[in-house]
Amino acid sequence: MPRSRYARVALLVAAVVAVQLATEWGGKPFFLTQLTMSAYYTLVAVGLSLLMGFAGQISLGHAAFFAIGGYGSALLTTLDLSPARGSAAVSLLARTGLLAARTDLSGAEALSVAPWPAFACAIALAAAVAWIVGVPVLKLKGHYLAMATLGFGTIVHSVVLGTQRLGAADGLGGVPAFRLLPGLAVGGGRAARVENYYVAWGLVALAMLVLGNLVESRVGRALRAIHGAEDAAGSMGVDVGRYKLRTFVLSAVLAAAGGAFLTHLTGGIGPGEASVMKSVRYVAIVAVGGMGSLWGTLATSATLEFVSLRGWFGTLDDAAFAVVLLFVMLFSPDGLLRLDLPAALRAARGRLSPGPDAETEP
Amino acid sequence: MSLLEIAGVSKRFGGLQAVKDVAFRVEKGAIKAVIGPNGAGKTTLFHLVSGVLAPDAGEVRLRGQAIQGRPTHEIAAQGLSRTFQHIRLFAGMTALENAMVGAHVAGRAGFLAGMLHLPWTWREERALRERAREALDLVGVLPLADQDATRLSYGQQRAVELARALAGGPELLLLDEPAAGLNMRETAGLARLLGRIRDRGVTLLVVEHDMSLVMNVSDEVVVLSYGEKIADAAPREVQRDPHVVQVYLGEDAC
Repeated sequence: MPRSRYARVALLVAAVVAVQLATEWGGKPFFLTQLTMSAYYTLVAVGLSLLMGFAGQISLGHAAFFAIGGYGSALLTTLDLSPARGSAAVSLLARTGLLAARTDLSGAEALSVAPWPAFACAIALAAAVAWIVGVPVLKLKGHYLAMATLGFGTIVHSVVLGTQRLGAADGLGGVPAFRLLPGLAVGGGRAARVENYYVAWGLVALAMLVLGNLVESRVGRALRAIHGAEDAAGSMGVDVGRYKLRTFVLSAVLAAAGGAFLTHLTGGIGPGEASVMKSVRYVAIVAVGGMGSLWGTLATSATLEFVSLRGWFGTLDDAAFAVVLLFVMLFSPDGLLRLDLPAALRAARGRLSPGPDAETEP
Repeated sequence: MSLLEIAGVSKRFGGLQAVKDVAFRVEKGAIKAVIGPNGAGKTTLFHLVSGVLAPDAGEVRLRGQAIQGRPTHEIAAQGLSRTFQHIRLFAGMTALENAMVGAHVAGRAGFLAGMLHLPWTWREERALRERAREALDLVGVLPLADQDATRLSYGQQRAVELARALAGGPELLLLDEPAAGLNMRETAGLARLLGRIRDRGVTLLVVEHDMSLVMNVSDEVVVLSYGEKIADAAPREVQRDPHVVQVYLGEDAC
């Protein structure tokens, strides 16, 4: 039903405009900053939703892909190549337009990779890492896959935290704005707040359109079949291994894009973005939104990330997401947005108390 | 050349020789049954043919080409489809969607075409949907097309599984105990259905316990006992074979 697919994206666009107008008229234009940031986290969440909800494969390492995208873009766009200006390689790159002159934090002239090629490199790196990690890891199932991806996430976090080049515990700063198209940039500070907000949510709408198409396609059906009965899907001619791997790479690319854009938006990235708690947070968001529901994930991510970024959870930020995950698993494993409250309470009571059989035993 | 040729196939699980040096042919357009007591190695043999397991020795040839040990999806793409002894429908999908996954091999839209919803995929989707509806119609569950497949009755789920296996237009269809759990009336209906499927040019290889079904519909019967082939002949001859009678009824029957 393509019509409802496009109607939903149109509804999203309308909601995005309505929220912007509401912040304007309500005198809270600064809300847009967090709303913009939550858009980029939402890119990670909807990509993970495709992997978990449709293909049925868990990843506790998606923060790592976010970090690869962010750090990749940050490193290339801040690396000063001007001392090597005389070398043939650098002057060739400069002539092809792949390098851009800029003023660094101390006001000196610097020459770095332009944001577009840096973005392309960062995304390609994330895709390559996802492919290399995915080939062995996606042969695992359930707990084992969860643990393996957790291990991968931990490795990336440790590498980022321990590498001086990547700023170690301080992370990287001074990342320039990313001009996507003439007149449309990610970054640029408070003056570009409204523009940034629309660019970010425009990218989310684009992702929803593309992913919505995918899940309604032959491939989307095959992914749900893999989720339902992997061996039977194979017997129907679905190349299970390849589909899982491509989905993993696609969701990693979305996570890396989110990381790269957010880094340009805020001007830097820190090692916290690669932490395991961030990965758990994305999993919690997908779980709340309902496995297999891209739109449920979108709504949950936009709301929870915004609330978190506004600091409503205070110092218990990570704990809040862990509690959310715990409650979803206890009361509504299919996601809160699909919750049938009375039935869920009955089921939960059954799970928490020993059954009537146990009581009657002597 | 036979459509399917099984040549000296063996499979061992630890100390258990599940299939031992089994060989037989399935001719195009035939209905061939594989019978045998529980544990005779019938399902293992099916797994060896469909690629779920790789044999320790021997060859499985489809149209003369060795396929043993190939991945299941490649074998499926070559025109071999199957159902499962225990129903393996895709949960959370309708009967029509299940059958459309069965038609997967008839399409080619990949990730990029799907994400961009390219116009040529619209036609392909319509064609896959049409194939799926035809298959559901053939097995008599088209009115249930939009129902959640795993919530249908047992007999209906069996039918949907059969439709799913047919939707891709296979040349050879492997049915693992299609009559299991069906009552007599349903079994008689299944026998007529298998005849209709054969009339459409689909060759059938059937593992079955229900003797009336086997004797009614099959052209040839292979009998397995403890992993070995003990007979391979027309149903009437197999019924008279003293070795087969002994295996089924015990020593005293002879």
